[in-house]
Amino acid sequence: MNLRVGSRLERVLAGGHFAVTLEVGPPQGSDPEAIRKKASFLRGLADAYNVTDNQTAVVRMSSIAGAKILLDEGLEPVMQMTCRDRNRIAMQSDLLGASALGIRNCLCISGDHQKASAAGKLKGHPGAKNVYDVDSIQLITILKGMRDNGVQEGGDKLTSPTKFLIGAAWTPLAPPESFRVLRLAKKVEAGADFIQTQAVFDVPRFAASVAKACDMGLTDRAPILAGIIVPRSARMLKYMNSNVPGIEIPDDLIGRMESAKDPKAEGYKITVELIQAVRAIVGIRGVHLQAIEAEETLVEIIPMAGLLPRPEVK
Amino acid sequence: MIVAEWKPLPEIIEKLRGHKNVLLVGCATCVAECAAGGEREVETLAPLLTMAMKADDNPIQIQTKTLERQCEWEFVEQLADIIPNVDAVVSIACGIGIQAIAERYPYMRVYPGVNTTSLAIREQPGIWMSRCAACGDCILGETFGLCPIARCAKSLLNGPCGGTRKNGKCEVDENADCVWRLIIEKAESRGELNKLLEIRKTKDWSNSRHGGPKRIVREDLRP
Repeated sequence: MNLRVGSRLERVLAGGHFAVTLEVGPPQGSDPEAIRKKASFLRGLADAYNVTDNQTAVVRMSSIAGAKILLDEGLEPVMQMTCRDRNRIAMQSDLLGASALGIRNCLCISGDHQKASAAGKLKGHPGAKNVYDVDSIQLITILKGMRDNGVQEGGDKLTSPTKFLIGAAWTPLAPPESFRVLRLAKKVEAGADFIQTQAVFDVPRFAASVAKACDMGLTDRAPILAGIIVPRSARMLKYMNSNVPGIEIPDDLIGRMESAKDPKAEGYKITVELIQAVRAIVGIRGVHLQAIEAEETLVEIIPMAGLLPRPEVK
Repeated sequence: MIVAEWKPLPEIIEKLRGHKNVLLVGCATCVAECAAGGEREVETLAPLLTMAMKADDNPIQIQTKTLERQCEWEFVEQLADIIPNVDAVVSIACGIGIQAIAERYPYMRVYPGVNTTSLAIREQPGIWMSRCAACGDCILGETFGLCPIARCAKSLLNGPCGGTRKNGKCEVDENADCVWRLIIEKAESRGELNKLLEIRKTKDWSNSRHGGPKRIVREDLRP
């Protein structure tokens, strides 16, 4: 088996196993215990753990530091990197540092606009200047160049290459839908090794998009992990359906949460059903689970979904 | 055109405290087109400022003048007779015009009455929308005449982010179109979607502000 970086995630996917990644949000504070605590109950539940990079543009512990803390706890991180806050100089410097620390997976994303930071209860930093020196596809190209050719974006040689499995995001159901699979193709062409998608609720529509990706041969080149968000309430689903682009939630799912006597249990049940449904889609090679601000629920959900034990890989 | 918007009156009043004779200057070019700093706006703002300063216990006398183009020295020169009779200038031209007055009359206090915000077009009566970011490396030829640098909140070069709303608007502004949706629709209508499949490489920003203050030298026009 010819591996690019030999991360656990890469080995799980290369071994043909159905991969599981989880999202771990870093704290809005400096205490490493916040992440260690999450690591303690999430250990063994997934193959790799995404550490978000100031998601919704809210200041949190850096994804590099969060990823390193997970690594020290024996959990394999997927370090997320957005294009919002850093130019190509800072990004490449951080990539060298992250590689030096032993981080082996990096998800390249555009990042939420800084205006999003004040969308909820927080003040955020809507007056911040954004960067967007490069976009997510160009960032993928940069990672590939640093890993495979040992060169910086500007052309200077690296004294030693970086070692990252390159991840990219896919939002198949956001308009213009016809272009979404083509944008995925650009990401794969740029060098993405794996894909994590926006949360799936409308399985038939998602499956139709995955089928197009399959037909284009993209799923063979970059395994796709379907995003799953654990529903907590009908209100949450309605909010996401109206406010989070790319998330399409069928009415019957919202109805189920509305009429449920025990919304928590119903949310678990829906999550398990969604996992099983996406698992049956040809071309889907894993799931990326998000229990936003409620990671502890994954301890119950993952066994219910039949995702344990996680495979042993060499 | 260069688009500007009035500053909040309290901000201007704060600056004018202690002044007695103020010249309010407009510009009949871009800021007149965007209804922020033309003659009409000068004549509207002057009485508002006069009243506000009186209410603030700092009464001032205001003279008004609107130059044809506040960014050209020959027009800025027209203020030479007025400037000695005032102790402050408020300009509601763009930042270029404001600086031209400050540079030509270095002993004079010059305050901005507007914030210059964008290079924009009037989309509808009363609505202006950004069109150009003066990035110094125009790609309109590859993006079907629609600028993703100025019109995408993230200046993306390789297609839309995941933040296009169901109705095709941008996640950052529910009233602004996702420009990448517009680019894609135009490409599709011409049967040229394949032109958007090529990966656009990292952009060279150095021919704009990022390369330092922009200085253009045209030897053919030098004396």
